[in-house]
Amino acid sequence: MAFDSLDAFFAMGGYGTYVWSAWAVTALAMVGSVLHARRERRGLLRDLERRARREAANPRTDRDAS
Amino acid sequence: MSSSNRCPSSAVERVEPRDGLGVAMVAIFKRDLIIAARRRSDILNPLAFFALVITLFPLGISPQQALLATIAPGLLWVAALLATLLSLDALFRADFEDGSLEQLLLAPQPLSALVLGKVAVHWLMTGLPLALMAPLLGLLLALPAESYLVLSLSLALGSVSLSLIGAIGAALTVGLSRGGVLLSLLVLPLNIPVLIFGTGAVQAAIIGDPVGPHLAILGALCCGALMLAPFAIAASLRISING
Amino acid sequence: MWAFIHKVGSPKWFYGISGRLLPWCWTLAVALILIGSVWGLAFAPADYQQGDSFRIIYVHVPAAFLAQSIFVSMAAAALVFMVWKIKVADMAAAVMAPLGAVMTFVALFTGSVWGMPTWGTWWIWDARLTSMLILLFLYLGVIALRGAFASRDSGSRAASVLAMVGVINIPVIKYSVDWWYTLHQPASFSITSRPSMPVEMWWPLLLMVLGFYAFFMAMTLMRTRSEILRREAGKHWVRELAAGGA
Repeated sequence: MAFDSLDAFFAMGGYGTYVWSAWAVTALAMVGSVLHARRERRGLLRDLERRARREAANPRTDRDAS
Repeated sequence: MSSSNRCPSSAVERVEPRDGLGVAMVAIFKRDLIIAARRRSDILNPLAFFALVITLFPLGISPQQALLATIAPGLLWVAALLATLLSLDALFRADFEDGSLEQLLLAPQPLSALVLGKVAVHWLMTGLPLALMAPLLGLLLALPAESYLVLSLSLALGSVSLSLIGAIGAALTVGLSRGGVLLSLLVLPLNIPVLIFGTGAVQAAIIGDPVGPHLAILGALCCGALMLAPFAIAASLRISING
Repeated sequence: MWAFIHKVGSPKWFYGISGRLLPWCWTLAVALILIGSVWGLAFAPADYQQGDSFRIIYVHVPAAFLAQSIFVSMAAAALVFMVWKIKVADMAAAVMAPLGAVMTFVALFTGSVWGMPTWGTWWIWDARLTSMLILLFLYLGVIALRGAFASRDSGSRAASVLAMVGVINIPVIKYSVDWWYTLHQPASFSITSRPSMPVEMWWPLLLMVLGFYAFFMAMTLMRTRSEILRREAGKHWVRELAAGGA
């Protein structure tokens, strides 16, 4: 361990604000990217489900355009 | 294949394409030159913009000769870059709007060679005048006199790259309704090396360092752009028109 | 071999195989980043010059590496799309750009925050940060250009051309900015050009870099799958997938 105590760990030798804000922004960016991607996927699947239900209710004939 | 068909609307004589490339390039060059000469505002506006921007800096910063002299090379180059940017939007737009660009795409000669003619006219009508006018504006910024020649040389050489790389951006955005703003975002980062070595040359001239290496690198960038940009410009034009 | 390449290019095949790869990528990413973070934050020895502020390196360097690698990957995918007309390649390129921009921003932010205790200023025009800033503009340009076209295919091709032009320019820009910086700051201290790092500091950095790359791969696979769903929505296999309740 490079630090003697948890307090020392958070203080980071006086540079605590810098180190932790850098790590926080990085973590935020990465976790945020993942959450955004997951929401995007869920939204797409929901839309596809809705579309599938709509098409099941109104079955397409050969006359209908796509 | 008959070579005697004359297409009345084309200035290019119908010969076998093998001999036709030079003819086509010269024809495009002449056509664009004549059009540009008729639209004098297209030539004068960038120059006026150049002068105006240079005037703004002392007003916005300070009239102190010493300070201005230090930042003059950079200011002149950035202002020239912005003035070139201004004129790039018009490079393909008029031809795009009246359909002659589409005709160019249909020509049997390779598009990448034909666009060189257009870019050459752009450089002659924008880059070169800017390079020639720059020392006059350098006077306004207290630029030391021994660097005037290098200033013009670096601008003349660098603006070839600026025109070529800028033409890629112009070709990509010509079909977009508000492409002008996007054009700046696309073109400015790509032109940064030219800016760096251009100002480097002028600063070297001021402090008495050898100028050759900087101009050589500018020349290398110019050669690289000459080799590669035409293909990118042609590809971009096809995308813009066919899209 | 061509058959294999075209199989990979098939959205349906890609969707299937990426679905199987994805859990492994995530596991790898999480494991590497977690171990690297704990090691770097708590166990690596403090730098004798910068103290504990150097620990920012464990996020700054991986982000910077990714920022550059993602652009190259994006350009490679663009090339594959333009030459072989493989749509999945374009989908991958489209999803890589925003992540690359985010990573570039993270690199800039962490670099700037690191600069404060080191140089006493929030921003410094050193070669690395300046190149990163230019790279951010290049990313924004590609993203903006793709979205500016009414037709998706035109936007794809335009963004591909720009990505390829940009990737050729990146080494030129880096070299120019490097040269420019040394010209104006002869006695410079650069974050990157430090004397060789002791091994105890180097290992967690390697783990973090690898973890970030695994993260990039996982994100790209995941978002490309979404893009496939979006673009191939009318296809039979997608409809079956949705009806089956993926």
